Amino acid sequence: MPTSKSEPSGGRAEVHDLAVIGAGPAGLAAADAAAGLGLRVALVDAGSRPGGQYYRHPAPGLGAARPEKLHHGWAAFARLRARLAASPLVDHLPGHHVWAAEAGVPGDGERPWRLHATRGPEAGDRATVLARAVLLATGAYERHLPFPGWTLPGVVTAGGAQAMLKSSLVLPGRRIVVSGSGPLLLAAASSLVSAGAEVPAIVEATSYLGYARGLPALAGNPAKLAEGASHGARLLRRGVRLRRSSAVVEAHGTDRVTAVTVARLDARWKPVPGSERRIACDALAIGHGLVPQIELATELGAETVTGPDGAAALKVDAEQRTSVPGLWAAGETCGVGGADLALAEGVLAAHAVAGRPAPARETATRRRRRAFAALMAAAHAPGPDWTSWVTDDTDVCRCEEVPAGEIRAAVEELGAGDARTVKLLTRAGMGWCQGRMCGPAVACLSGDGGGGRADSRPLSCPVPLAQLAQLAGPVEPEQRRRD
Amino acid sequence: MLKRTPYDVVVVGAGVVGAACAYYAARAGLKVAVVDRGPVAGGTTGAGEGNLLVSDKEPGPELDLALLSTRLWRELAEEFGDRVEYEPKGGLVVATGPAGLDLLHGFAAKQRAVGVEALPVAADELRTHEPHLAEGLPGGYLYPQDAQVQPALAAAHLLRASGADRYLGEAVTALLRGPGGSVTGVATTRRELAAPAVVNAAGTWGGELAALAGVRLPVLPRRGFVLVTEPLPRIVRHKVYAADYVADVASGSADLQSSAVVEGTPAGPVLIGASRERVGFDRTLDPEVLHRLAAQAAALFPVLRTVQVQRSYRGFRPYLPDHLPAIGPDARVPGLHHACGHEGAGIGLAPATGLLISRRLTGREPELDLAPFRPERFEGAEAAEAAEGES
Repeated sequence: MPTSKSEPSGGRAEVHDLAVIGAGPAGLAAADAAAGLGLRVALVDAGSRPGGQYYRHPAPGLGAARPEKLHHGWAAFARLRARLAASPLVDHLPGHHVWAAEAGVPGDGERPWRLHATRGPEAGDRATVLARAVLLATGAYERHLPFPGWTLPGVVTAGGAQAMLKSSLVLPGRRIVVSGSGPLLLAAASSLVSAGAEVPAIVEATSYLGYARGLPALAGNPAKLAEGASHGARLLRRGVRLRRSSAVVEAHGTDRVTAVTVARLDARWKPVPGSERRIACDALAIGHGLVPQIELATELGAETVTGPDGAAALKVDAEQRTSVPGLWAAGETCGVGGADLALAEGVLAAHAVAGRPAPARETATRRRRRAFAALMAAAHAPGPDWTSWVTDDTDVCRCEEVPAGEIRAAVEELGAGDARTVKLLTRAGMGWCQGRMCGPAVACLSGDGGGGRADSRPLSCPVPLAQLAQLAGPVEPEQRRRD
Repeated sequence: MLKRTPYDVVVVGAGVVGAACAYYAARAGLKVAVVDRGPVAGGTTGAGEGNLLVSDKEPGPELDLALLSTRLWRELAEEFGDRVEYEPKGGLVVATGPAGLDLLHGFAAKQRAVGVEALPVAADELRTHEPHLAEGLPGGYLYPQDAQVQPALAAAHLLRASGADRYLGEAVTALLRGPGGSVTGVATTRRELAAPAVVNAAGTWGGELAALAGVRLPVLPRRGFVLVTEPLPRIVRHKVYAADYVADVASGSADLQSSAVVEGTPAGPVLIGASRERVGFDRTLDPEVLHRLAAQAAALFPVLRTVQVQRSYRGFRPYLPDHLPAIGPDARVPGLHHACGHEGAGIGLAPATGLLISRRLTGREPELDLAPFRPERFEGAEAAEAAEGES
């Protein structure tokens, strides 16, 4: 796999058969399968090394002896990576942040898709990738549900804690409370304990009763049960306690978190008065699951579906095709479902793009794993009353420092009833992260349920102004005159 | 015979124009309902920059409206203060060549004759007003009346202050008509609202609302993109844009063409916009358009080359073929009033529009002659429209 810098726009650029955006499980599997079917593939990725968030691994310089120890499915990743490295048909474009996708015209060789990206360490250079089809495999980001004290140093996301561990072999603290909802909590706690941390409690907001309604899906996914059981057994051996139907409702400390308050929750996630107890800790890892990262597609008008957890995901057909001609999607962008599902969907998408029939094994995997994912999403969907933890002075949007009280005032007094209007009236979600962090919370506080319509976002990530100013095009009259 | 209706007027549209209509109607003592298919400021208002400009308008009906609005915005700022982020920062219009400067002198002289404040700024004084402006510009004009407001906040606060009942998230599905065809209210997706008057402040969708009444109002969308930089210290003090001499070879005429407006905001980001394109409601990103905005901003303020564009947004301006809004009663449908088609100037022109509409609703004499804004003026105007065409 040649690691290429890609053609600067303006020069003669190759038109690939397929551009895959994202080199996590879905993107890697798709690039590999597509190359195996004879397609020329551009694998465009923001990261400096393939693997995405899931197969995040230490930089070679750190000298990790066994990075695989921190991973499930490392063997699958190593196999894919080796095959891609050997493939002459795949151009790997690392460090490329795609800020906009311009749709191509299917069947018109003169009008391919154009992916506009920044590249390089300072995003100072630009690149345009041309392709006849595009697969969106941009994964997901973490769902944040704010609570008083969540901005204290020492409070990290469960995914962030795992990423620190996987890429830098660093722990966020020594005594770490793990809280939130979802299977990632057990996995994160298990990794933290393995790396030597003490975990005084895992605090899970649901009762797990939701799973009882989905026995067939559970029975169809024995590997998932075994994975959960192995985390559970490891944690049990270390004496880690799982508190169900509970949540961290406040983090305490001045310079850093020193303790948390845990409360029992009712079925709607409202804290039960009098149930609070304090647990000392020097770090808190919070995880409330993941939200699909789909702006590049929704900007093109791609249709979405709202999952059982309230998050919008791309609507795809049996061949992973979105509603936008020439645009496919695989993995978490179609609804969060984990690495095995992403690998299968990547393969299925590659076959569809190549015009080949869907392989049976991946089709079966997808059916099983999608059912399981739906069950998990429903079981761990944030309860409607979680917002009762959020005091008026709690900052909900960290970038713009917008407290919950301001958002509530916009809703109650100014008539904002959805996240976009709240954003316009309060600036919540207008900052650097563009609402990736506060979006779901703002949507819940504004009463539009958390799914909501896709906001207009012509640029999906920041771009240096000089780079936009340089885009190939006619010379401006103003410039011409001043020369 | 006369049955009292719960409302004196139903305003369709919760953008800044609808909110201003509601505000002035309520101040005139009317009982008001506001209906919108979306939220407050959900259309063009929410995608606007909040330009309150007199500098870009030549003498004529639109400038008259703008001057009235300038006065009204000052009054509103007394009442709403910082809540709507009103900033009387002034505009700085610069020429980029000697021919452009000559044209600017002529333009400003005509504006001053009708009450616009326009102060010439010599080349060597430009950077005392805008320290980061590019070097070598030949001169420009300062327009102290140009101001800035945060459009969504302006709409939301005007609407709240009006005390109008809000029916948001309800599309109007029909105009109710009485004997003789006069308007008796609206039907929405959820209810009927009876009132002897209906104001069409539906912005880009104003033409569709007019069609519900069986009349034609050719409101068309004109797309614009705005670039928003990362938060910066105050490096741009005014609303700054270049106005230049652009020769139209085909017609042999010369005209002023302005660049994107570059300005700082209280929150830190610099806004650059907006582009003007006639592409209907097409939402497709055209990188070429973003490029032009960025290049124009960088040409005016070279320091901006090093900053990040953090986001961009798009909107659709409602315009009518002669680029003037429709304001006032519709002679074809008794009880129907229009307040739409303000193109890129709706935020600035909203208070004047609202005040004039309230005058007509209460049977008083408006401050301005509404004849140039007559909604029926496009009857039989298809030919003129076709001639204007797509450009």
